Amino acid sequence: MPDTQSTRYTVGFAAAICVVCALLVAASAVGLRERQETNQLLYRQKNVLLAAGLVKPDEALSEEQLLKAFDRRIRVRLVELPGGAMQPASRMDPKTYDQRKARSDPAASHSVPPNPAQISRVPNYGAVYFVVDAADQGHIEQIVIPVEGVGMWGTLYGFLAIDRDTTTISGLTYYDQKETPGLGGEAGNARWQALWRGRKAYDENWEPRIVVIKGPAGPPAQDPHRVDGLSGATITSNGITRMMAFWLGREGYGPFLARFREGAEL
Amino acid sequence: MTATSLFGKPQRAALSLPVITNNPIGVQVLGICSALAVTTRVDKAIVMGVGVTIVTAFANLAVSMVRNYTPSSIRIIVQLAIIASLVIMVDQFLKAYLFELSLELSVFVGLIITNCIVMGRAEGYAMQNPPWLSFLDGIGNGFGYALVLLLVAVARELLGAGKILGVVVLPVTTDGGWYVPNGLMLLAPSGLFLIALLVWLLRTWKPELQEED
Repeated sequence: MPDTQSTRYTVGFAAAICVVCALLVAASAVGLRERQETNQLLYRQKNVLLAAGLVKPDEALSEEQLLKAFDRRIRVRLVELPGGAMQPASRMDPKTYDQRKARSDPAASHSVPPNPAQISRVPNYGAVYFVVDAADQGHIEQIVIPVEGVGMWGTLYGFLAIDRDTTTISGLTYYDQKETPGLGGEAGNARWQALWRGRKAYDENWEPRIVVIKGPAGPPAQDPHRVDGLSGATITSNGITRMMAFWLGREGYGPFLARFREGAEL
Repeated sequence: MTATSLFGKPQRAALSLPVITNNPIGVQVLGICSALAVTTRVDKAIVMGVGVTIVTAFANLAVSMVRNYTPSSIRIIVQLAIIASLVIMVDQFLKAYLFELSLELSVFVGLIITNCIVMGRAEGYAMQNPPWLSFLDGIGNGFGYALVLLLVAVARELLGAGKILGVVVLPVTTDGGWYVPNGLMLLAPSGLFLIALLVWLLRTWKPELQEED
C-alpha cells in the first residue's frame, strides 16, 4: 500500500480518476450521438407539424406516425436568403441541410447590418416548409419558416406558420429555449402560442408589424398585430418581437414571402 | 461466494433500511429540493427516481472501490468527479432513448449532481463500507427516494390535473367533467406540504425516529 497522503500520490490519483471519468463520459457522448441527432431532427419535424396545427401539443405520436404525417403534408425547400429565390430540390437536399450549422459556417452564411434582434449572421439558404393539401399536393395551405433570436438567457429556436395569404399567423412553436421556467420559459407553453393564431404578421404596407406587448391584447379580429406579453419576462417578449421583425423582414424571409404572395415562379 | 454472503443479513439491511426506516427524504431529510421540482407528474417522478437510484448505486460502488486508495484530502472532489460523470452519462442516455422527457428533465438530471442523497451516501456510507454493500445501500436509498417521489407525484398529478400517468381518473371541468382541479397542487408549495405531511406520518408511525428536543 503506497502512502496515500503524499503529494505525489495525491496528484497521481487525481489524474487517474480524471482520465477514467473523461473516457467514460466521452464514450457515452460519442456512442449515443447518432441516436440523439435523429431525435433532434424528429423533434424539429414534430414542431413544424405543431406550428402548422397538424398535430396537437399533447398528442403522443410514434416515430413512424410522425414521419408519415410529415411526409404526407410537408414539402421542405430551400430558398436563398435574403433574395427569396427557391432552390431546385436537386441542388441541395433540404432534409440533410443543417441551418443552425450553416449560420456559423463563414462559407455558408453572410453578415447582416446591425439590427434590434442582434442577429449578426444569416445562412445563405433558409428552409421553408410548405404545408400541402393531403389530396392535392400542389395546393399550398400554409408556409412554415424557422425563427430564432436571443431572449434573456440564450437563443430561442422556433417555427412560425403563416397562411397562404402570407400574413395570417396560423401557429408558432419554440422547440429549444433556455428562458426562465415559469416566466420567459412560458414562450414554450402551447396555451400562449395559441394566442398567435389568427393575428396578422404584416401591416397594409407589408412591413412586419406583429409585436408582443406588455399585458393582454384583444382578440385577433380587433387587435390583429399585438400578442399578450409574457408576464415577468419583458426581455424575452421583446426578443420575440424583434426576431419576428427580423425574419419577416428584408434580411430574412420577407422577400421570399413577397414573391410567393405575388405568385412569382417558385 | 455463497448466496448467504451475497444476500446475508447486513446486505438485506443495507437494501431495505433506507426504503422506510432510514428514508433519505423522510428521515435523513436529504434531496428535498429536487423532490419539490419533479413531483408534478408521475412519469417525471419515475424517471427521476430511476435516475437517482442508478447514480447513487454506481457512485457508491465506485467510491467504495477506490475508498482505500483515495487520499483523504481530496476525497470529496473525487466523489464529485465520479458522481458528475455518472450523471452526464445518464443525461446522454435519456437524450438518446427518452428524448421528449429529457427536454423537461435535463435541468433536474443535471441537478442530480448536487442531490444531497448521492453525496451524502458516498461520503457517509461508501467511504466506510465494501463495494457490494455500498451498491445495495445506493439502490436502497434510491428506492426510498423514488417511493416518496411517487407518493407525492401521485397525489399532485391526481389532485392537480385529475390524471395519473396521463390517464384521466377524475374528469376535470375544463374538459366537461365534474372535478375542479386544485391548481396549487401543480406548484412547488404543495410539494412542500405533502412532503412535510409524509415526514410527520412516518414519524408518527415510527416514534423511535423522532429526535430529542
